[in-house]
Amino acid sequence: MSLAAQLPVLPIIIPLVAAPLTILMPTDKFGGRLAYIWATLVSWIVFAACAALLYSVATFGPISYHLGDWAPPVGIEYRIDLANALVLTLVSGIGAMVFPYSYVSIRSEINLRQISLFYAALLISMTGLLGVTITGDAFNVFVFLEISSLSSYALVAMGAKKDRRALTAAFNYLVMGTIGATFFVIGLGLLYQATGTLNMADLKIQLAGESNRMIEAGFAFVLVGIGLKAAMFPMHLWMPNAYAYAPSAVSAFIAATSTKVAVYVIIRFIYSVIGPDFPFIEAAFNYLLMPLAIAGMFFASIVAIFQDDVKRMLAYSSVGQIGYMLLGVSFATEQGLTASLVHLFNHGLIKGALFMAAGCVMLRVGSHSISAYAGLARRMPATAAAFIIAGLSLIGVPLTVGFISKWQLLSAAFDSGRAWAGFLVVASSLLSVIYVGRVIEVMILRPAPAGASAVKEAPLSMIIPMALLVAANIYFGLHTELTVDLAERAAHALMGGGR
Amino acid sequence: MDYLDFAVERYNYWIFITLMMMGLYIVIARGNLIKKLIGLNVFQTSVFIYYISIGKIAGGTAPIYVAGDMERRAGGGGHGAGEGGAHAADILPGKDPLGQGLLHADETLRDGFDLAGNDLATLTGKVQPPPPAEAIHSIPQGGANDIFAAPPVTIETHAATGDAVHAVSDVIYSNPLPHVLILTAIVVGIATTAVGLALVVRIREAYGAIEEDELEAADHIAEFGAPPEAQEAAA
Repeated sequence: MSLAAQLPVLPIIIPLVAAPLTILMPTDKFGGRLAYIWATLVSWIVFAACAALLYSVATFGPISYHLGDWAPPVGIEYRIDLANALVLTLVSGIGAMVFPYSYVSIRSEINLRQISLFYAALLISMTGLLGVTITGDAFNVFVFLEISSLSSYALVAMGAKKDRRALTAAFNYLVMGTIGATFFVIGLGLLYQATGTLNMADLKIQLAGESNRMIEAGFAFVLVGIGLKAAMFPMHLWMPNAYAYAPSAVSAFIAATSTKVAVYVIIRFIYSVIGPDFPFIEAAFNYLLMPLAIAGMFFASIVAIFQDDVKRMLAYSSVGQIGYMLLGVSFATEQGLTASLVHLFNHGLIKGALFMAAGCVMLRVGSHSISAYAGLARRMPATAAAFIIAGLSLIGVPLTVGFISKWQLLSAAFDSGRAWAGFLVVASSLLSVIYVGRVIEVMILRPAPAGASAVKEAPLSMIIPMALLVAANIYFGLHTELTVDLAERAAHALMGGGR
Repeated sequence: MDYLDFAVERYNYWIFITLMMMGLYIVIARGNLIKKLIGLNVFQTSVFIYYISIGKIAGGTAPIYVAGDMERRAGGGGHGAGEGGAHAADILPGKDPLGQGLLHADETLRDGFDLAGNDLATLTGKVQPPPPAEAIHSIPQGGANDIFAAPPVTIETHAATGDAVHAVSDVIYSNPLPHVLILTAIVVGIATTAVGLALVVRIREAYGAIEEDELEAADHIAEFGAPPEAQEAAA
């Protein structure tokens, strides 16, 4: 019973226990600083635990942890292989950056007496996302999904101090999110009825070689339910408003993690539960995922061009980026899956940095409309530089992570004989040049409005985490050993190559 | 008539689908936020009913085992635990894909208690020996029809043989797992409703309205300085 043996459960247990303690901390004394320091500390410990897990999985192979020592399939199993270790590291890493970043930004954007509650909700949200990723039990996915979603609704609604539209955005998010989760449960029910088990590995064994309408219906419900959570193209309507009106730190955290986790769940269900050999999976790839992914890439990018609100623009861009990830999955090749996993990780880094920069502008200029960015390159050079680098990364300029993902996706498209898909990826990237370029142009070329008051650069507590994420954007753009190699191995294992 | 039987036997699915569609329709069609939440609740409840109904095994009783239970029931006591449910055992060998949990329970029971009650089973003639575990654990071959052909609830088997059957070692339990799962989902549903209602309260405080079109109009006025109709008229 050493601590190392219990490592897999730590990323869940620690924030889950820490969150209620956070609520008890005073908000009036020290301006809620106690809750802030405590939550930040917790997020760092969780990140350390996840990094240790990633290391251990990469070195020694998958880990299976039995909760309460009940052996699967009866008990709940946490199963960590490379794919989810990578996602775990992303989620906890973004958390470890967002928590220190949040304090100054949050104090200006939410009611001061809510600070402890805010940190508790953010911790629970992180717990939920980590739980969805780590678990090997299908029903557990639903429970953790709802844990993270419920706290996200509350977090989005906290943006109401600045803009009351945050409330309606949160309400719509709640309605859509609940419909998605319920669809997911229906799908699980059908799969359970067909197999009598909920453990993912056991489900795959039971389902192997079976194919009937019940399993197909179950898979369809699961896909639609998670698709809603992932903001898959026609089901993305809750997302732009929720991201735009949420407090900046919340946008940064949710945009960088929650949709990525949902995409991971889609991958997990396709490859580790249903199995890619099912005849209808191919149909789902060719007639559902691929067209929707491509439609999302173009539709969302075009809509993003016409947004006047930078956070809304970034949200629409996320819908398009989800399209890239699903496109990679729908190639049904190892390379496509690698591209998806790499982009999943990289896009988390990109969007985290971009939303953090938007948060800095919000703090100093007080708006996230595009006109607020005028002349920013001179007024807030560090923030502007971060936005520009991350924006270039979003476009896919060489030396950044965005380039690596696009490169992987393109080579996957060409190698699987779908050159047209490769061209569509390039074409939709050109659209992102337009919407990112618009903001960059305003920041660099347009002078600050005449009557504008002088603004300071954002405080260091916000600049440093943002700079770290931007540095990660460049680092992983130059050193692909960690991301691409791990993703390749993960994809290989998911495709069944591990046998 | 076959089609009719097919449809009628699956009445629990009809209830589930009807409720689900009603709930979804309310969520989509109603502009009042409270009504939307109620619709969402109906939608979720339909799924609860679906889960509960698939856990039911024809002739199964509540999955509670108390040491010495068998002997007491043999004495004619009976808890009435299965009141309203089906009592007489009439399981369809190889047809019930849910039988996994039940069978495990059965197996242990048979190993643990060598009761004389087997005689009773022969007497009533209602109890068939359960099929081997492997047969049930796997999916019935032959595709969807076979799976759907297993009626999850068979009320007709509600019979007077009642408690006497419990005396035998082949006690059949309903599958408790879906019920436990749905207990979790119910808790999640309550939490969702609570958060949703809290949001509605805050929306009413901020906007003074809970009708969707009024909220949209208010946002429109805040953004463009005029209600949507006025703008359209001007254009």
